[in-house]
Order: sequence, then structure tokens, then C-alpha cells
Amino acid sequence: MSETHAETTRFVRTEMLAEQDPPITEKGVVKWTRENLFSGWLNVILTLLSLYVIYAVLSALLPWFANSVWTAESLEGCREALGEQGLTGHGGACFSVITERWNQLIFGFYPTELYWRPILAFVIFLLGIAPVLFQSMPRQALWASLTAPFLVYWLIWGGSLWGPIITAAGFGVGALAYVLVGKAAGNIVGTISAILLPILFWLFVTGPFVAALSGVLPLEITKVESNDIGGFMLALIIGISGIILSLPLGILLALGRQSHLFIINKVSVAFIEIIRGVPLIVWLFTASLLLNYFLPPGTNFDLMLRVIIMVTLFASAYIAEVVRGGLAALPKGQYEAADALGLDYAKSMRLIILPQALKISIPGIVNTFIGLFKDTTLVVFIGLLDPIGLSNAIRATTEWNGIYWELFIFIGLMFFIFCYSMSRYSIFLEKKLQREHR
Amino acid sequence: MSASTDVPKESFRLSQLIYDTRYRSITIQVIALVLLIGALWWLINNTVQNLETLGKDFDFGFLTQPAGYDINQRLIEYTSQSTHGRAAIVGILNTMLVAILGCALATVLGVIAGVLRLSKNWLVNNLMAVYVEGFRNVPLLLWIILIFAVMTESMPRPSDFRGDEPEATMFLGDSVAVTNRGVYIPRIGFENSIGPAGATWREESTAAIEAGEEEPAEPPSSLVDWLIVLGVLGASIYGARWNTRRANAAQEATGERPTTWHVNLALIVLPTLAVMIALGATVAQPYLRGFNFAEGIHLRNSLIALWLALSLYTGAFIAEIVRAGILAVSKGQTEAANALGLRPGRTMSLVILPQALRVIIPPLISQYLNLTKNSSLAIAVGYMDVRSTLGGITINQTGKELEGMLLLGLFYLVLSLAISALMNVYNNSVKLKER
Repeated sequence: MSETHAETTRFVRTEMLAEQDPPITEKGVVKWTRENLFSGWLNVILTLLSLYVIYAVLSALLPWFANSVWTAESLEGCREALGEQGLTGHGGACFSVITERWNQLIFGFYPTELYWRPILAFVIFLLGIAPVLFQSMPRQALWASLTAPFLVYWLIWGGSLWGPIITAAGFGVGALAYVLVGKAAGNIVGTISAILLPILFWLFVTGPFVAALSGVLPLEITKVESNDIGGFMLALIIGISGIILSLPLGILLALGRQSHLFIINKVSVAFIEIIRGVPLIVWLFTASLLLNYFLPPGTNFDLMLRVIIMVTLFASAYIAEVVRGGLAALPKGQYEAADALGLDYAKSMRLIILPQALKISIPGIVNTFIGLFKDTTLVVFIGLLDPIGLSNAIRATTEWNGIYWELFIFIGLMFFIFCYSMSRYSIFLEKKLQREHR
Repeated sequence: MSASTDVPKESFRLSQLIYDTRYRSITIQVIALVLLIGALWWLINNTVQNLETLGKDFDFGFLTQPAGYDINQRLIEYTSQSTHGRAAIVGILNTMLVAILGCALATVLGVIAGVLRLSKNWLVNNLMAVYVEGFRNVPLLLWIILIFAVMTESMPRPSDFRGDEPEATMFLGDSVAVTNRGVYIPRIGFENSIGPAGATWREESTAAIEAGEEEPAEPPSSLVDWLIVLGVLGASIYGARWNTRRANAAQEATGERPTTWHVNLALIVLPTLAVMIALGATVAQPYLRGFNFAEGIHLRNSLIALWLALSLYTGAFIAEIVRAGILAVSKGQTEAANALGLRPGRTMSLVILPQALRVIIPPLISQYLNLTKNSSLAIAVGYMDVRSTLGGITINQTGKELEGMLLLGLFYLVLSLAISALMNVYNNSVKLKER
């Protein structure tokens, strides 16, 4: 047997062969390129096209950026500086318009010697918003965040510190009323008094109180008019106030639209549809042209405040629709479970429904915020000096007449940074909440 | 005995209005109603008082008064002697024009970018990501102003086209001129145009030929001509669909599908072509005359800037919608279609697209609506849309802010509500039919 076997088997390998490298086309850069860029004739065409587009854009932009002039007083000077390098007027960018008008683009006509105030306000805003955005921060910091809006207001507009303090005290009155009256006379009376008492406080107590306290201890810094505020500061103020104020209003509207109470439901629907059906620009014109008709004769208040109110109402209608989507997406069992536990409406919403619904609606809400922030540019049409308004003003001066790419690239880049970081944050939040859910 | 089973009769107490769920909802609604009526009364009362102090009245009579201003772009007859009402209609038509053009281009851009964004090609994929993120995160207003500035400041002047060695040349065989005053494209005129303009042109051109002039003016075109052409085209498309239905019936009955494409093509193309020839269609190309281009259609910079910016901006949003829609169809559907032996093309048209469209169409329509509302940014470039005519110059001239803004708001509101209503009908028709 063994002999026949020996005859048929001529060779048996006894040791393993050394591992060989994969073929050159199946590894590393070549494989990646083949699979990702040249996997079929259509892909080859697309790749070549994209390469051409990238080449065309870069070959136009790179020299333009590389030759840019940063220190000239005017477009004339810029062209001269470029001419000395042997280039035509369009051979290089003239970013000196940014360096020259930097303060104006950021602060508008805010008094130069007071620039530290908006900067400090921005830092305080960042410190205040950080615990809200990132849960890894200590929770106690949220209490400090509550004071941020009042401090920021005081720093930007100036005046007496007592105004913001007493206004903040109004909220304290409300909270106190909710706790004390709620204990004594029940939840609902507590809620009602928590709404009514602060309003009465602001209407009748705040004025005399502020006057009296300022008489004793002024605590005053220079006042700045809203008209002097412009540039990115204006965009940020309108955008951030709109974002912060529109979220609670939007949630209330969404709840109103889901409500079984006929009148509340119809009022919410009408409000949401009317606001959403008309472009923001028409609402802004309404705010600047018509608001005086609707208010008692003789009232006249700040145009910027009107804009903030309009932007807030506008965004809240959109947020209401987003949140409504979240509410509708929750399984009915969640509502029924909350009822079965015997929770009342407020508690079931606060503890069970809204946390889940808001989580689903995060992408939509952030998209609305991004839209709102971009829409702040529209205020240029009612005469506020936002970055675009300032760029128009700069382009109208004799020094910078004829410049546009540089200004628009700068403004676009600033907006891009803000909006893109907002959308990245929303993705971060979504992923985090998904992880927690598992 | 009987007393213990009796439910104790409670007398109604006032506190029940708040604490008893049976009455609470009514209490809340009554309070809300009172507050609402109070607020409305307050607003209306203020308005009436303010109008009285200003000495203004509330009436829409101004719509029938002569407007007295010119509109540089109009789709219907309009002179400065026309009424404010007609100016508003011209504005509405201009809004609709840029909205329809914008929706069409945005859809094309969005679908291409959305599909390419899903490509396995790393380069293409990322290039599209740059486009989408770049446009989504920068205000639309900036794009409009930028494109307008590029058009007016960087494009060649009409005089650059002059001479033996011009600095600028026209595109597409001397038919499209891009200048800093706008874009000139060819126009189609009808020699046998129906209507007064056609008759006048025929008389004048016969006279010109008799007088021996070489180049008579290009023929005009009227609304009636275009309605006839479009009507014939619509009827032909209907005929082609009838032919397809017949083929479907034949396939159901016999299993053999008769070839339809050549009949369909003939059905669509031939009648339309015949009507165009019967009307004597000629292409009038723009040419340089004096300091500017003559003939052809003049697309103003304002229209071009608004159109391109709206399309590019909305296209970026549509790209994301298309991408999400295609991703929403699970991979099992493709695999199942392959397992059934369907060809890739049919897989796409019969399995993937119908399911993806269900996800894509609703947000797509709301993007169309956004585009239409965003077209009110026309104010940035001086395009005469409804906001610039009715909500701009008319208000300034007549001082009727309240009425003008009310009509303007109403126009946009009716438009949005109508489109949402259509969308609801569509949503109901494509809703998954379950149980």
C-alpha cells in the first residue's frame, strides 16, 4: 500500500510558504484609487471632471490669495502695491479692506473706547452657554448661566446695573410665588400667580425701585444707543436672542397645536400658518412700517427690539412645526403610559413626552436656528447696519468703490463658521443622545 | 339601605372650575377667548385711532388709480399710465416667473448633486459635500448680491463685442451674449402671428421688401401663438400616453409588448413641429446695434442674479433631501429586485424611485415654497417682484402701508396655503396603504 502511495504522491510540502504580498493592484494607494476613483468608465469621467474643476478653482484662487495685499489704505493703494509686484489689479486679493474696516465690520459704530464691553459680554455669553451645551460641565454652573443674559444686556447697552438686577428679581418673584403659593393653595393657583405676580412686579415696582436704588448707588456705565450697534455684533445679538426666546415659544405653540382644546388649537394653527406663509422680509417691513399703527398712539420703541420680536415670532412658528413632528412621532403608548401613571398634563409633558419629542426634533430645531441666524442679514432692508449693510456702505465709499469679492468672502466665511459649528454641534448631540439611549 | 347606594349630590362649587377636569378645559378656553378678543379689540382700536390721527382712511381705491411708475421687466402689457392694481399683477407674474425658473433649475442641480453625493467616487462625493455645505451655511442674500456684483462689474460691456477682434465673444454660435447689462438670448417669432402685432409686422415687412430694404424687422410673437403651440404639445403628450396605455393593455392580454417609443416620439414631435411651421416660426438672434444689443430676449442682471442664487441655494437643500430619500429605501429592496431578475434600470424606476419619491416629494415641495418666499429678496438687486411693486413703490407713492402690506401678506399666504393643500392631497394619495 505504502509503496503505491509513494508512487502516486511525488511531492508533499512539509513547511508553510512565506506569506506573499497581495498584488500591487489590490493594496494601498493603488487599490484605493482604483476602487474609489476609477471603478468604471462613468467614474473615470467624473473623476477627471472633478479634477478639472478643482484645478480651475485652485489655479484661479491660490495666486489671488498668495498675492493678497493686507496693508493698503484704499483700493487705489492696493492696485499700486499689486502693480509694484508686476501684477494687474485683479492679480491679487485686497484684504486690506478687512484689516482697515475690521472694527466697523465687527462692532458697527459702537464707541471705540468701549469695545471691551461687547468683547467681555461675548466671553460671558460663551461661559454662560457652555454648561447648557455640554453636560460634562458641573450642573451648578447652570445657576451662573441664568445671570448671563442680564449681565450681557447691561454690558452692551450700558446704563444702570439696577435695571437688569430688578428685572431679574422679577423672575425670582415668580419662582418664589410658584413655590410658596403652590404649597399653600395648590399647583394651578401657584402657576397662575407665578405668571401674574412678576408681570405686576415689572409694571409697577421695577420703575420706582430702579430710580430709588440708582439714586443711592448709581452703578452706571455709559449708555450706548441701539443705532450704534452694527456688524457681526448686531447679527449675533439678533440671532442669539431670537434663538433663546423662540425655543420656549415654539414648544408652547406646538403643544397648543396638539391640544384638544378647540380655541387654543385653532389660535395656534392660525398663528403658525400665518407666520409661516409670509416671507420674513414682509414681517420685517411690518415691524418697521406698521407696528406704530397697532400700538397706542405715541408709543415708539427701539427698531432693534422690534426686529428681535419679529424674528423670534417667525422662528417660533417654524420650531413649533418641528416640535409638532417630534410629538407626532412618539408612539401613542407613551401618552397613555403617562396617563396611566396618573400624571397631570404638565407633569406628563415635562417628564415623559417633551424630553423624547425634543430629542427627536433636535436636527430640525438646529436647522431652524441656522436659518434664523442666516436670516438676520435681512435686517439690512429696514436700515439696520448688519455685515451686509456695512459692506454696501464700504463699497459706496471712494476708497473702496469697486471691491466685492474680498468683503463677501470674509462675511460668508464668518457666517459659515457660525452655521457650520451649529450643525456639527447638532450632530454631536444626536450621536450622544443615541448612545445614551442604548 | 337606599341612602348608602345613593351618590351624594354635590352642589356646584366655584373651585370646581379650576380643579375639576370636567370643567377646567372650558374655563381655560373661556379665559383664552376673552384674552384673544381683548387683544384683537385693543389692536383694532389702536389702529383706528392712529389712522384717525394721521387723517388716513382704510380703502383699496388706490388699486384703480394710475401708478405713474415704470416697471422695467414685465410679462404683460404695462405702462406708467396703468393702475396700481395692474402693477401688482405685473409684480406677481414676475415673482411667479423667477419662482418657476428657480424651482426648475434647483431641482436639476439638487438631484444631480444629491445622487453624486452618494457616489462611491471619493473626489466627486466630497466635491458635492463642499457645494452643499458651502451654500447651506452662507446667507442667501450674500449669494444674490455677490452674483449681481459679478454680473455687473466683471462681465464685458456690449461695446467689447464690437470690432474685428472683439474682446468678448458671444456663445453658442453667436446666439447668446453675456454682458454687464444682462444676458441676451434668441427669441422665437412667428411670421403668421395671430393678433394686431402680427398684422402690423406683415404690412411693414411687405412695405420694406417693396421698398427694397435688405433686413426687415424680426417677426413678433403673441400670447395666442404660444397658447396654440402649448395646446398642441399638451394634446400630443396626452396622445402619447394613450398609446402607452394601449401598449400596456396589449401586454396584459397577450404578454407581448408592442414597441411604443417611435410612435410616441412621432406623436409628440410631429404635430408641434407642424404647428410651428404653419405659424412661420423664426429664430431672432440678438445682435449688436448702436451701444447695445437688439432683438432677442433681454434677461436683466437682477433676474439672472436672483435666479442663479435662488437655484444654487435651494439646490443644496434639495440635494440633501434627495440623498436622504434614496438612503431611506432599504438595501433589501434593491436586493429583492435583483433576485426577481429585474434589470438595474427597471430596479430604479419600479422599485427604488417610487419608494424614495414618497420620502422626497413633501420636503421638496416645501423647498419650492421656501424658494418662492425667498424670491422676495429681489429687493436686494432691484428685481420688480410683487414686493417691489405692491409692497414697495405703490406703498411709497400712495401712503397706504396698511392696505398694501395686507394685500402682499395675503398673496403669499394664499400661495403657501394652496401649495400646502396640494401637498396634503399628494401625501394622502401616496400614503402606505396598510390594513
